[in-house]
Amino acid sequence: MKAPLSWIREYAALPDDVTADDLAARLTALGLKLEAIERPGHDLTGPLVVGRVLTMEPEPQKNGKTINWCTVDVGDANGTGEPQGIVCGAHNFGVGDLVVVVLPGGVLPGGFEIAARKTYGHVSAGMICSTRELGLGDDHDGILVLPADAGQPGDDVLELLDLRDEVLELEVNPDRAYALSLRGVAREAALGLGVAFHDPAERDVPPADGAGPAVAIEDPEGCPVFVARTVSGFDPTAPTPDWMARRLALVGQRSISLAVDVTNYVMFELGRPIHGYDADKLTGTVGVRRARAGERLTTLDGTDRALSPEDLVVTDDSGIIGLGGVMGGQTTEMSATTTRVLVESAHWDGPSMFRTGRRHKLTSEAGRRNERGVDPEVCEAAADRVVTLLAELGGGTVEPGVTVVGAPPARRTVTIPLDLPARVTGMDIASHTVLAHLEAVGCRVETGPDTLTAELPSWRPDLADPFDLVEEVARIVGYEHVPSVLPPAPSGRGLTPAQTMRRRVGRTMAGEGYVEVLTFPFVGEADLDRLGLATDDPRRTTLRLANPLSAEEPLMTTTLLPGLLATVARNVGRGAGDLALFEVAPVTRPRGDGAPILGVDRRPDAAEWEALNAAVPEQPLHLALAVAGERDRSGWWGEGRTAIWADAVETARVVARALGLELTVRSAALAPWHPGRCAELLVDGVSVGHAGELHPRVCRDLGVPARTALAELDLDALLSRAVPARAPEFSTFPVAKEDVALVVDADLPAAELAATLREGAGPLLEGLRLFDVWTGPPVPEGRKSLAFALRFRAPDRTLTEQDTAAAREAAVALAAQRHGAEQRA
Amino acid sequence: MSGPNSEYDPVQVTPLDEEHVEAMRVAALEAVQGATDLADLKRVRTEHAGDRSPLALANREIGALPPQARKDAGRRVGQARGAVTQALAARQAELEVEAEARMLAEETVDVTLPWDRRPTGARHPITMLSERIADVFVAMGWEVAEGPLVEAEWLNFDALNLGPDHPARTMQDTFWTEPAEHHLVLRTQTSPVQARAMLTRTPPIYVVSPGRVFRTDEYDATHSPMFHQVEGLVIDSGITMAHLRGSLDHMLGVLFGEGIRTRFRPSYFPFTEPSAEMDMVCFVCRGLAPAIEDCRTCKGEGWIELGGCGVVNPRVLVACGVDPDRYTGFAFGFGIDRMLMFRHGVSDMRDMFEGDVRFSTAFGSDL
Ligand SMILES: [Zn+2]
Repeated sequence: MKAPLSWIREYAALPDDVTADDLAARLTALGLKLEAIERPGHDLTGPLVVGRVLTMEPEPQKNGKTINWCTVDVGDANGTGEPQGIVCGAHNFGVGDLVVVVLPGGVLPGGFEIAARKTYGHVSAGMICSTRELGLGDDHDGILVLPADAGQPGDDVLELLDLRDEVLELEVNPDRAYALSLRGVAREAALGLGVAFHDPAERDVPPADGAGPAVAIEDPEGCPVFVARTVSGFDPTAPTPDWMARRLALVGQRSISLAVDVTNYVMFELGRPIHGYDADKLTGTVGVRRARAGERLTTLDGTDRALSPEDLVVTDDSGIIGLGGVMGGQTTEMSATTTRVLVESAHWDGPSMFRTGRRHKLTSEAGRRNERGVDPEVCEAAADRVVTLLAELGGGTVEPGVTVVGAPPARRTVTIPLDLPARVTGMDIASHTVLAHLEAVGCRVETGPDTLTAELPSWRPDLADPFDLVEEVARIVGYEHVPSVLPPAPSGRGLTPAQTMRRRVGRTMAGEGYVEVLTFPFVGEADLDRLGLATDDPRRTTLRLANPLSAEEPLMTTTLLPGLLATVARNVGRGAGDLALFEVAPVTRPRGDGAPILGVDRRPDAAEWEALNAAVPEQPLHLALAVAGERDRSGWWGEGRTAIWADAVETARVVARALGLELTVRSAALAPWHPGRCAELLVDGVSVGHAGELHPRVCRDLGVPARTALAELDLDALLSRAVPARAPEFSTFPVAKEDVALVVDADLPAAELAATLREGAGPLLEGLRLFDVWTGPPVPEGRKSLAFALRFRAPDRTLTEQDTAAAREAAVALAAQRHGAEQRA
Repeated sequence: MSGPNSEYDPVQVTPLDEEHVEAMRVAALEAVQGATDLADLKRVRTEHAGDRSPLALANREIGALPPQARKDAGRRVGQARGAVTQALAARQAELEVEAEARMLAEETVDVTLPWDRRPTGARHPITMLSERIADVFVAMGWEVAEGPLVEAEWLNFDALNLGPDHPARTMQDTFWTEPAEHHLVLRTQTSPVQARAMLTRTPPIYVVSPGRVFRTDEYDATHSPMFHQVEGLVIDSGITMAHLRGSLDHMLGVLFGEGIRTRFRPSYFPFTEPSAEMDMVCFVCRGLAPAIEDCRTCKGEGWIELGGCGVVNPRVLVACGVDPDRYTGFAFGFGIDRMLMFRHGVSDMRDMFEGDVRFSTAFGSDL
């Protein structure tokens, strides 16, 4: 909301020395935050005075132009009282006209300095100004001719035309709709500076007389008050006076025509949107009702709209003529030939306005005010102000009939304990202060021994609850007086185990050389196709956004891989070669039949709460990682090592180990992994994720390095299985080491053979490590040799060679029996 | 050992006279001094102090001297041998130092050689800042509350006093999901976590909830459809706005330095009443910007906009099952991304979500 200081001063008795900055600081402290201060005219320097044209002699020039050699009476402004000789190129004025003259020494907008200079054979001592040159707009090209009664030659034009002003641009929160008017801003300004406020809505209005335009309201809830007045004999060519056009320009409203400008002017003045109809285009009774299914209306903006039965419409006998409170229709629009104007000043139901505005995607100054709530008591004053201005400025006559249908709702009351503001804000606020401040905002207050009852001002529909009054009192006392006191928090339990473990996972990943990224959770079907997910893959069951930012990504992702791989590709595109990335974020698995919208007058009961939660998608936290390029870099120390599928598996193991869990691994085939290089990761026999090498086709499609390795784990599943570590029991008797090399079928997973050896060796086996894998001669085709180092130890004695040999033989025997393993010599 | 010399020959004992002993001593000391390395010294030791060295042989002759001569000769030879032993020890020490110095010099490497065998990992600064903020409150006894990103519409709006026709719903550009009748949204704020906290805990409640939120903002240098907020909620008896300010001032003091405090301006949020916008004193110019030179961090305002806060609206307490006659509460919320931007000089929000490894690695392992 833009509010010129000069306009505010009209209603608030601000001391002369109050600056825009002072006022802005007070308004900001009251909750109307300053966005900016504009200072139009502040780049104008006088002398800038009223001049009367005494003589005017056209002098044709060789270049075809005709200039006027004028003498202008500028009073004593030039110090001599003699007429001022000025050359002027414009012709839209004449002898006797009052014009604006800038004398030598003055500066016009843009730093244009005026000096007496020789031109066209004369000494031109100054300039006769156009609207544009004065920074008053660029709608007119010619010289600004002042009204005959504007002033006397020599009068200071800067003051006369309010050329200098300061405009406060204020941010108005949705609850303070009353501040979308000068009436409201000035009221706050008066409040902020403790000065008198003159309410522009206070005017004597003629009472309803039943002789006005015929109006029938079918929906009094949607339109509780409808005031109609008529002006006839209006001159549609009458211009908008400069002062009004100027003020409209300052508040950011373009001047359109006198009739429209007057309705806009009153809207900015009083906050009440007004609609004017060409009364001659109306037929019969004006009505208000809800639209019926199938009805349509072409609004002023030329859009043909299908109406909803929730839309409030204005009708006459011809049908629908406007979308009530939001936008008028084309058929009854005021035009360049309108001479009879029917003025509608109606109060509309805010929520209906909001819904209609949203449904038709219509935002307008009127709609913005109507949906947030306008003072229902100003309808008559606003209508009267409009018809008076139309008659005054447009040469018309206010017709005597006044129609008022309905009445503003009674003012509401709220009762609060006198000490409530102090109790809620923690400030020391005396009862009499509470009383005074509530009266200052416009409440009529009655006090009891411990309570007060406030009758709420009609222009504050946002006030409804006791705490609303607390805020009113607090903002006038000043939020800066709220003390700073620490609350008496109870002893807390710190982070939950899951929260601690999540941090541990992140630190572990960073320690392993992975960089964390945060990606958007949006994907499209094409992203899932590119991963090669089967049509029945559960990751295809997604939640769809109704209004995605990009039509290509309308789904909430079920896997972190698309975002992570896109990030790999982006980094590669930016020249990074060796990459290790990870992300920890939830994925979305839809479920249920929808969440209920519950009441808000009580807490949900157990069944409602359960139903609500059951409808919210499962959103397990996932960990995804990708590694490409050299995992260990090459350097002066020698060759590095390129990341392979096993790095992804091992990182998953490291993460699990950081949580005290040991992953088991089995081979699997799941998109988007290489079908021969995909490991399923399990804890206690439950699958928690997959790791391995990215499918080469997917690598190509996504533009990530060949052989990129990746893993995705359900971190919640991991965390839920983590148990506190227990101290190990270990023997200090000597260790016995044995190696064994076994030849088995090439497709036997090493993990399986290791498990067999462990089982066969029995309790004396302390540990086992695979240290070599060999295929090729002398191992026969289709077979491979796996070499293990075994460590044996007993808890209670030193093992004999026989003990160790027996355990080793048992392990080999079980491997032979179960897998056909042969010992390699 | 030599016994008494039975074949006494006065000629053979001339080495025991003063001149000879001195000559042997001088020769030995010269040899010791002349040894160039430890091996050389070992040879000298054998030659001049070994069993067959001239002085050792001379020593053996002492017994053969007449008793009156023994004492002088013994002293002479003993002193000479002592001097040689001492010189050997000293030279040994010298040569050992030299040898070690030589070895160390030979083993010198170029310590500026890189050893970046494994690329550096890093956590995301948003993650770290979220944890840092949470820790300030956890240290005060608060707990960290969490909730889902895809949330029930009722929890994101209605329960927070944002009814279906509340004009404030247009303040937040919501991602809605299909089908509409399922009433699910991407949470536009972390406030539904506050509602969940009230519905699942009993007062006193002291929780802080950092997390991701979503709004349909176009992606540019200062907007992102996904960003991060942290909200705090306290429900207890006797809670006032003063406790709100105290908690925030404490947090700012910890995160930005002693004396960095809040300013409240009246504002509007459906969730709170009274509501306030909170600004913090600029931690760079400490609020002096308007008076002194421009400050880039606060753009010369002296204050940095932080977020919103207020006293929990009793309507919200009712919908979330808290007795408004018994308890009051406060809540606040602000953007973590924005704080990262002004605290650490991030100029483009997109840097946070594009995943360029150069971004995260620049922040180290903690903030
Ligand atoms: Zn600053």
